[in-house]
Amino acid sequence: MSVMEGRTTSALLYLDGVHVSFDGFHAINNLSLTLEPGEMRAIIGPNGAGKTTMMDIITGKTKPDEGTVLFDGMTDLTRLDETQIAELGIGRKFQKPTVFESQTIEDNLLLALNVDHSVKGTLFWRGNRNESERIDRVLETIRLTDARNRLAGSLSHGQKQWLEIGMLLAQDPKLLLVDEPVAGMTDVETHQTAELLKKINKEKTVMVVEHDMTFVRQLGVKVTCLHEGTVLAEGTIDQVSSNERVIEVYLGR
Amino acid sequence: MTPHVLTRSLDRSASIFILVVAGLGLLIPLSNLLLPAGSMLQVPTYLVALFGKYACYAILALSIDLIWGYCGILSLGHGAFFALGGYAMGMYLMRQIGSRGVYGNPILPDFMVFLNYPELPWYWHGFDMFWFAALMVILVPGLLAFCFGWLAFRSRVTGVYLSIITQAMTYALLLAFFRNDFGFGGNNGLTDFKDILGFNVQADGTRAALFALSCLALILAFLICRAVVTSKLGKVLIAIRDAESRTRFLGYRVESYKLFVFTLSACMAGVAGALYVPQVGIINPSEFAPGNSIEAVIWVAVGGRGTLVGAALGAVVVNYAKTYFTSGPLAPYWLFMLGALFILVTLLLPKGIVGTFSAWRESRKATEKANAESAAREDGVGEPNPAE
Repeated sequence: MSVMEGRTTSALLYLDGVHVSFDGFHAINNLSLTLEPGEMRAIIGPNGAGKTTMMDIITGKTKPDEGTVLFDGMTDLTRLDETQIAELGIGRKFQKPTVFESQTIEDNLLLALNVDHSVKGTLFWRGNRNESERIDRVLETIRLTDARNRLAGSLSHGQKQWLEIGMLLAQDPKLLLVDEPVAGMTDVETHQTAELLKKINKEKTVMVVEHDMTFVRQLGVKVTCLHEGTVLAEGTIDQVSSNERVIEVYLGR
Repeated sequence: MTPHVLTRSLDRSASIFILVVAGLGLLIPLSNLLLPAGSMLQVPTYLVALFGKYACYAILALSIDLIWGYCGILSLGHGAFFALGGYAMGMYLMRQIGSRGVYGNPILPDFMVFLNYPELPWYWHGFDMFWFAALMVILVPGLLAFCFGWLAFRSRVTGVYLSIITQAMTYALLLAFFRNDFGFGGNNGLTDFKDILGFNVQADGTRAALFALSCLALILAFLICRAVVTSKLGKVLIAIRDAESRTRFLGYRVESYKLFVFTLSACMAGVAGALYVPQVGIINPSEFAPGNSIEAVIWVAVGGRGTLVGAALGAVVVNYAKTYFTSGPLAPYWLFMLGALFILVTLLLPKGIVGTFSAWRESRKATEKANAESAAREDGVGEPNPAE
């Protein structure tokens, strides 16, 4: 039902004419955006531009009033809920780092692995080598191997951001939506995060929402600027940051 | 060899808990039956029944801890499942009275004769058989919890809203069971029980056996809860408790998990109620009173939420205090004391008795470790650390 007859677009993510309003406030206004497989895209824009709402729509948290949202050219995301969309292969990092604070880092990653998520499957779950190897690899990537048995709640803010990115990796999605990954990070951590995302992008499609222009510049990818729920400008960081309208509403003169 | 699913999860406190319950479950009945009455070590029958009651409350507390402590579902209506299990057992006990009732009707229980019932209502059929009643003890609360949970969790009713509707559920049942034409004895409930499985419910031997069975059920309930919370499913439950939407975005169907534990918990509460009724000799609608369910939540808070052992301990401690204070001159003030207890525990011991104790032990261990490390460093035997 939610799968179309044939592929209508080559894009991995395809948004066309999407509208959402909350009590008369148009959060998303005729938003159209496509993301090709393997691409990394940075989304910028002022507060209230609809960046997080767009992620809510893609991940099924918010249903659009109008418009098309297709994943992989075939699947209509507006008909699915969060769980189904996650299982399709879309992972999301929240704006505020959200990890399972009272559980260990290792358990956080174990929970994120894209293995059997049914009640029965988890009740009778037994660990296996493949799973623990995957966890080890993720721990290495996010540099938390030594902290694996610590509670996630005891991590620093930056480490929590990394753990959440690690959980996305363990989830092994096709598309990663990363909301403000470097908020509250030091310059060194910001730099490391950019490198990490570039590394992830070698295998996966990534969409990053971020305010930090230095970070966006470092990513060196196509940038989309949103304003009042619609695309204001799109192109390289230099094109976008020299755009008159973008300077006016977002960057400032 | 891999350990059995029920035993792999046992740590030290869990093993101690099981040994203590099993010990009491054996020694108390033996002392009651074998030692001469009046002997110092003989446990009088009224105490056996009282301890049996505590064991049933402990099972109820475990069932609440499973959903509240681990999955964050605060049910303020769990007494309803306990009472439904109790009523199912009460119906069996009523049917066992036979023609020994006041009116001597071989089929109809006394209250039905009194209320001019022409015949046994359809839903009373089958309760003359123990196996059927035992099945209903689990099925009826389980089914209600399943339907209730299916509607509530699918609509994503959480937090205080869920607590309120569980209160409404138990209150609605209270009103229904008060009605004479509902067919469960109205406000008198079910009582005057004679036999259970052919044994006199008043006899010392039966009471001792019921107590031992309650302890056994408590151990089983504990093992089931431990198996659930130490499995990967248990980690998912804690994840739901701490960050529900995160869990959903990882691809877990949160409502299925909630429904599973909520239903399991209701079945356990039903069993607790069924063991409770023959030991206290009566079941009436007051068991559905919203206050009962809230009290049960207080037991768990006092003992320590999310610890299982603490929930059972809390049930026993608070109920012992209740027995002690309500039988003395302080009786009129018991509810004030209970309220004060809840406030004090929330303010001073937010982790409850067991939670606070284990936190204290952990921190002591950590200090000891730190001390040992610094001592080792001073002695120069610690590993040299080139980074420093």
